[in-house]
Amino acid sequence: MISFIVNGQNRQADVEPEKPLLWVLREDLDIVGPKFGCGVAACGACTVHVDGQPVRSCSIAVSDVAGKSVITIEGLGDRNPGDKGLHAVQRAWIENQVPQCGYCQPGFIMAAAALLKAKPKPSDRDIDEALGNICRCGTYSAIRRAVHRAAAILGGAP
Amino acid sequence: MKFSRRKAIIGGIVGGGFLGVGFWFARERDRVGSRALFAPKSGEAGLNGWVKISRDNTVVVAVPRAEMGQGVQTALAMLVAEEMEARWDQVRVEEPPEDGVYRNLDILIDGLPFSPEEAGTVVDTAHWFAGKLGGVLGVNATGGSTSVRDAWIPMRTAGAVARDLLLRAASRKASIPVADLIAVDGEVRQRSGARVATFGDLVDSIGDLAVRPPPPLKKPSEFKLIGTSPSRIDVPAKVMGTATFGIDVRLPGLLYAAVLNAPTFGGAANGFKLKNGGLPKGIEKIVIVPGGIAAIGASWWRANKLLEEEVEVQWQAGPEPKLDSASLWKRYEQLLENGDPALTRTSGRESASGKRQTLTATYRAPYLAHTPMEPMNCTARVVEQGAGKRSVDVWMPNQSSTLMRFAAAKAADVPQSDVTVHTTFLGGGFGRRAEVDLVRQAVGCALAMPGRPVQLLWSREQDIRHDTYRPMALARWRADFDVSGPAPALVGVAKRQVAQSPTDQFPARVIGLPAQGKPEGNAVENPPYAFPFYRLDAIVADGSVPVGFWRSVGHSHTAFFDESFVDELALALVKDPLAFRRELLAGKPRHLKVLDTVAKEAGWGTPLPVGSGRGLALRASFGSIVAQVAEVAVADGKTFRVTRVTCAIDCGPVVNPAIVRAQMESGIIYGLSAALYGEITLADGAVEQGNFPDYDAVRLAEAPTMAVHLVDSGASAIGGVGEPGTPPIAPAVANAIFAATGKRLRSLPLRLG
Ligand code: FES
Ligand code: FES
Repeated sequence: MISFIVNGQNRQADVEPEKPLLWVLREDLDIVGPKFGCGVAACGACTVHVDGQPVRSCSIAVSDVAGKSVITIEGLGDRNPGDKGLHAVQRAWIENQVPQCGYCQPGFIMAAAALLKAKPKPSDRDIDEALGNICRCGTYSAIRRAVHRAAAILGGAP
Repeated sequence: MKFSRRKAIIGGIVGGGFLGVGFWFARERDRVGSRALFAPKSGEAGLNGWVKISRDNTVVVAVPRAEMGQGVQTALAMLVAEEMEARWDQVRVEEPPEDGVYRNLDILIDGLPFSPEEAGTVVDTAHWFAGKLGGVLGVNATGGSTSVRDAWIPMRTAGAVARDLLLRAASRKASIPVADLIAVDGEVRQRSGARVATFGDLVDSIGDLAVRPPPPLKKPSEFKLIGTSPSRIDVPAKVMGTATFGIDVRLPGLLYAAVLNAPTFGGAANGFKLKNGGLPKGIEKIVIVPGGIAAIGASWWRANKLLEEEVEVQWQAGPEPKLDSASLWKRYEQLLENGDPALTRTSGRESASGKRQTLTATYRAPYLAHTPMEPMNCTARVVEQGAGKRSVDVWMPNQSSTLMRFAAAKAADVPQSDVTVHTTFLGGGFGRRAEVDLVRQAVGCALAMPGRPVQLLWSREQDIRHDTYRPMALARWRADFDVSGPAPALVGVAKRQVAQSPTDQFPARVIGLPAQGKPEGNAVENPPYAFPFYRLDAIVADGSVPVGFWRSVGHSHTAFFDESFVDELALALVKDPLAFRRELLAGKPRHLKVLDTVAKEAGWGTPLPVGSGRGLALRASFGSIVAQVAEVAVADGKTFRVTRVTCAIDCGPVVNPAIVRAQMESGIIYGLSAALYGEITLADGAVEQGNFPDYDAVRLAEAPTMAVHLVDSGASAIGGVGEPGTPPIAPAVANAIFAATGKRLRSLPLRLG
């Protein structure tokens, strides 16, 4: 039995310790926001936060997050119980109408939120480096705009 | 029996055997649909097959097409809302039941072996008949950039019919003559402006009112919503992580299935052995499915690991178990030399006099995989109903619910009426999700686990190794110049082109139609230029490598061949690539306007830093004309970066400009990924690539700056936007590399040094 915190709640999973976090979330905890895209840490669709750091959940064993706090797209905006507010990144994403098929977007949004926490005013270069995910629909220019917009929102812009 | 009739019909179309049938079929009016068709629930009233209203003042629009990111839910709902005068924030969309009203006619019409500039009775009749055929087959499909083109008249008509019904209902309810009523912003008002009722207030007042023939549709100058970019319907759920893709379907008692497909194309599993004896905990069964083997259990991850590491499969090899890319290219080279063309087309006249010089250039394009971001999956459940009857449910991100239903019914051996297909959001489609291989395997697994839903998912490796690929293609262009005068003059051009034909393979694969031996239509569309003489010989290669519809289909390679060669011609004639194209497009004002727009916006002819270059390409496809200018910066003569892409499109009337722009950027990035990295190669009958590390895609750091310009030429025919952005990018980049380095790259992917 492995215990960890997911989106603020204590969860247990009775699974093989080497089972990747992504599949524990999707199959055992019914949290399907993190997506499967490659399984080899190459695409970023499965990105979640583990203790605040962006992690490709397809490539980390669930035993490695025992006792840690995991945030998925489902828990990103919901920082306080009862608060259904969107995270600034999600707001910026809607304003800029970023998604096309949408499948890669939870991964990008999680990566962007982690970047902005570490670097509140990222340069284009910072964004390129932190968001090495794949979007086959090619939403990249909208993503770049939205990250800058989210930085502005977090910096106090209306 | 059905098949032989269908065959006869298709043969008839191709042979032009239905001449003179006439245009009596009022096909658009036939597509409004009855009030009951869209299955109104309690609290809702159906207005026709495309729209219902509910007491909470929601307008529900039927969207029978798959949302794969192209914004189809938004664009189609806008057509209805415009004519109905609904408020955008009251509009919702829903998938309607299967019915002929929702068939996609344009996708069939596009499949006909004619190029767009061909006209006349034969072509018109074939188009008319394909429409009829669409009705007969009831094909619901999403692809070919056809959704808005197909829906443009029927869905606006449905909106107008709904408005007419609401006005009459309000008139009856409030005893006000209908002539004094108008619909505005989701309400019925008197002409004086006084509100009579919201749409929702009228749910119970429609009663027995019948649908009347449609009132006249709005003129474009009267559009309020069409031509604007309201917020997309699908965006909030996709940003909150709540959108349900195929892989996210969760049902009580759900099992997961992983698959290993036979390594060589056309192979199968004959049997298997577990390396460690029995089935491990959590795995229910291993079953042989069409083309491979599946492990079913409580965890996909565990089932996949079992297949990859703990099972020995006895594979039956496919027909070409030794196939490799080098020998395949040799085969294509021989076909290029002396293969019999399946199609020959000429225009203009060959002139005989003068001293000649010849230029030839041979181009290559590899097989490509689709790699939609959501790996291939399908969930199926078979419930035994007793007395030998079964019902089948399929949850699937798919591009044709009609074909999925057909294939599921075959696989479960039930009538189609006992199959229900639930289409989820698609995590990308790009043509791959029109195929039925996944549904066959998923139903196979579901039959082995009666009553239990089984979610079958392929790993990324299975996706890349068992795709239906963009065909590899080989082309040789030849140009003849008259060099007797002071400057060389172009006398004529000719191209021989070799490729497999997806339109031949697809119907064979999906519904068992025999191959027609015809090249895929997009691959053989003529370039728009007025060459003094033009000849095309298209040779269809056969072979066991499965080929399918890949975003923009044959345009994806043919545009590279054609637009690269046009640049080579310009060079040979010592002309600027833009000026040369303009000369050959005289008399084509739409093409010229697109070209001039892109040239101006890209700053064509203005200086660039040393080591940089600009390249131009133009391609008309799916009813739209697109031109792009790519800028590349070359470092150390070996590596290059595409820094900026300027794009102009004329797609006729624009429903939603933001979606058109997004689709252009999307098409550019998709085409750029292929131009820079895309190459599927074969060894020992199998694909050598397996995941993104060896089949990469453009990422943020490599994404160029893009600007998209919408060109309004006043054309009234609506064009597609999902695919036309892809074809020009590869030749634009190749032409830019030439401008920067003087090196002509004639093979895709583009590699310098
Ligand atoms: S699925 Fe984890 S990085 Fe691709
Ligand atoms: S929006 Fe489709 S993969 Fe990114």
